[in-house]
Amino acid sequence: MPVRAVVRRSYYRDSMVLMRVAEALRARPGVREAAALMGTPANHELLAAAGLAADETKDAAPGDLVIAVSADTTAAADAAVGEVERILTEQRPMAAAPGRALPRTLDSALRQMPDANLVAISVPGEYAKLEALRALRRGLHVFLFSDNVPLDDEIELKRLAVDKGVFCMGPDCGTAYVNGVGLGFANVVPRGRIGCVAASGTGLQAVVSRVAALGEGISHGIGVGGRDLSAEVGGVMTEMALEALATDPATEAIVVIGKPPAPSVVPKLEAAIGRIGKPVVVCCLGARPAASAPGRWVATLEEAAEATVATLRAAAWTARPFTDVADVKTRLARARAQTPRGPAILGLYTGGTLAHEAALILEPLVGKAARLVDLGDDEFTRGRPHPMIDPEARAGRVREAGRSGEAGVLLVDLVLGRAVHPDPATPLAAAVYDARRAAGAAGGALVAIASVVGTDGDPQDLRRQITTLEAAGVEVLPSNAQAARFAALVTRPDLEPMLLGAP
Amino acid sequence: MTIDIKAANREAVERLCRARPAWTGMTTAREALGLTGHTLLHSGPPIGWDRMCPIMRGAVMCAIQFEGWAASPAEAERLAASGDIVFAPCHSRGAVAPMAGIISPGMPLLIVEDRGNATRSWSFMGTGPGPQLRFGAHGAEALARLAWNRDVLAPAFQRVLEREGPVDLAAHMAQALSMGDEMHMRNAASTALLAKALAGPLAAVVGDPAQLERILRFLTRDNDQFFLTWAMAAAKAAARSIESLAGCTVVSTMARNGVEFGIRVAGLGDRWFTGPASVVAGSYFPGFTAADANRDVGDSAIMETYGLGGMAMAASPAVTRIVGAKSVSEAIETTRRMAEICVGRNAGFPIGTLDWEGTPTGIDVRKVVATGIVPSINTAIAHRDVGVARIIGAGISTPPLEPFVDALVAFGETVGGEGRG
Amino acid sequence: MVAVLDQPLRVVNVGLELFAAELTRAGVPVVHVDWRPPAGGPDVAALLARLDD
Repeated sequence: MPVRAVVRRSYYRDSMVLMRVAEALRARPGVREAAALMGTPANHELLAAAGLAADETKDAAPGDLVIAVSADTTAAADAAVGEVERILTEQRPMAAAPGRALPRTLDSALRQMPDANLVAISVPGEYAKLEALRALRRGLHVFLFSDNVPLDDEIELKRLAVDKGVFCMGPDCGTAYVNGVGLGFANVVPRGRIGCVAASGTGLQAVVSRVAALGEGISHGIGVGGRDLSAEVGGVMTEMALEALATDPATEAIVVIGKPPAPSVVPKLEAAIGRIGKPVVVCCLGARPAASAPGRWVATLEEAAEATVATLRAAAWTARPFTDVADVKTRLARARAQTPRGPAILGLYTGGTLAHEAALILEPLVGKAARLVDLGDDEFTRGRPHPMIDPEARAGRVREAGRSGEAGVLLVDLVLGRAVHPDPATPLAAAVYDARRAAGAAGGALVAIASVVGTDGDPQDLRRQITTLEAAGVEVLPSNAQAARFAALVTRPDLEPMLLGAP
Repeated sequence: MTIDIKAANREAVERLCRARPAWTGMTTAREALGLTGHTLLHSGPPIGWDRMCPIMRGAVMCAIQFEGWAASPAEAERLAASGDIVFAPCHSRGAVAPMAGIISPGMPLLIVEDRGNATRSWSFMGTGPGPQLRFGAHGAEALARLAWNRDVLAPAFQRVLEREGPVDLAAHMAQALSMGDEMHMRNAASTALLAKALAGPLAAVVGDPAQLERILRFLTRDNDQFFLTWAMAAAKAAARSIESLAGCTVVSTMARNGVEFGIRVAGLGDRWFTGPASVVAGSYFPGFTAADANRDVGDSAIMETYGLGGMAMAASPAVTRIVGAKSVSEAIETTRRMAEICVGRNAGFPIGTLDWEGTPTGIDVRKVVATGIVPSINTAIAHRDVGVARIIGAGISTPPLEPFVDALVAFGETVGGEGRG
Repeated sequence: MVAVLDQPLRVVNVGLELFAAELTRAGVPVVHVDWRPPAGGPDVAALLARLDD
């Protein structure tokens, strides 16, 4: 299969722009495979593995852009490569007007906007510290989306942020809300009286989306990055965020979202919560708080939203496994009628916290029968877009699950919001459809279960996303926790009394 | 000792901006630079005869004959190759020379004094169109022109300056900038203004009418780049004020010898950091192509070091045609891009097309390395063949990034574990 | 109180262009920086961080 490649020296584009360039090339007639990658050693390996390495590409340096195409015919490959210039220009959402180049550094950006107050940083992790230091030194708040940032860098950055009295939200902070502005992957939610401190992007997304569905709104959602509550980082940003929300007049109740804090951080966290004169709900997934711990500790993201809303409304509330038991029973009958090909549950997730929540729910219910994979983890995203941005990575894995017979039940999340893929349901539904057909052809069913994190205000059209999944045979449950419990129920009728109550 | 880079860089820009270069006199290299014996100064970073490109060797052969150390090109070549000549960069003596420039003891030099910084520099004086030393010519005509400069032009200029006082080059260049010059590849206005300033005084000090006519014609016909060497001396005088400014990451020198491009950084004193001299992307006169071109050469990159030339390209729509740029907006874009790598702007050189913003000044190696933007140099292109020895076009030179990276690493080593004020 | 929580956000975006586009779409003032990795890779980035103003 002919391969054509072109190298643009000292030509950098971010991973998302390159992803769209590769997509545009793949859409060209006759093109089988296409790649648009910076010439890093890891990417050279990827090119070789994809059969796209060529003579022209082997000298490409990390600062050079490699575009390679394999096609059915030489003519098709040539034609595709001939379009590269036009495609590169088209795929830049922030291309400057002609004669007016974009600023190249923070300092020249600040000359254009001297009163900027926040720098949003999403450069590759090895460069994140340089950019974040520059911003923090200039007294600016930082939203640090970048992952694969060394722990030592994070410690240094947060120390500086505390010194300067500004937030360092991250590294590895996927979502935040500051004064009504959503940063990163952000669902469109109304302003309101609930403030969040989140060591988890999708965790924050799940909570705010549920809060919005319950008719309340968000004052701020301060992301602190996944490692903030570790022993090494010491919870410094969590503490700063809690203090800020404690004194913020717009915030009437606070939700803390994350993983369990390191033992050395627990006292500081509890002391900070104890100082807040407002209701605090804590969802540190998997935590076993002491009875004396301040705040109201809940077990799931859904419960965090519901408990907080109930507290604000002075309404009674208790956690229960399912919102609508009758609906679950109908779905269960449908699922069991398909005769899944085994008890194994495979979770393919884009949101790490959602995967973790599902694992915590499933482990006591089905033990080793459940395997949850977080496709957004650092190991999968080095130099490649996050699966919330590029659904293809998960789609491939879903189809593989259909062929491999490794599971009878597939459990997925679907996350919507700004900056997320414009229609993540369609590629997922297509992959699930193919997987279920492959499973059926091999003589057993693959039952597919999902939950959707999203709001009516999101750009993806929440209703349509759900119906797209349902059309492919996916059972869509109202929350990740409920989807996980449902997954357990499909092959374990013995769990029904506990999860569905007496018949 | 803690280093405060920000303060040092600000000081550097202040010095460059307060420079008040003035042309105060004429001298010889022997007198002003103490050149003794068989010493020749060359443009660019240090280089020996063995590695010199052919046109610089031609220029050396011209200078050797001019000094009377040899009577023919062949004899001059033998002398140069013998090891008997000491070569040093012009920059090592506070001087500058354009293209494959060579300064020898007996050559007349312009003296420029920077009244703002109490520094001084000297430049080779151009010999006008036709066969000339700076492109490697070393025959009778090139020698005759050098002799005329020494024997007629330089003394006439000296008498003018004694009579009229120094010429304020800062004001001169600011005015030329507003008239569309950038002072590196476009000096038509600055040269015209020079001729205007000198005409009356020359008439007063040159008694022989034939000689006066010859001088005036020389100044006013086919010699539009003549002011370049005045501009270079002015820039050099200003740049000398930052040549050993501790803790400063601003570039104090950029120069090329046809083989290598070299920089020096204020906080690193005399150390050169080099990379291959670039192939200039340019526009060629009819009959010449890129295959004929010599690599980037000359001390004239001192113009960009000072904040003129490519840095000020937005002031010079006309230069875009000269250097083969795509459009006038490219010129404006170039100055904007240069601002990304500079510490400040020189309000003494305001640019009309940018609403009178000053030229980007003080190239910071940190910013060059961080952005990958290298200084954009507008330059003449010489023929590579010393047998042809002429200008064949003009273009934009993009120097290599490595010397800037090397300089940054060296700077990091000098500040050791500290490094921030 | 940390000041940013009651000020309108004015953002400089360094990295993915998509984020700047989304902020613009949401009506937030944003300046996008056309970022490239520094020459010489992460080691030089560390040096630049050390030598930054």
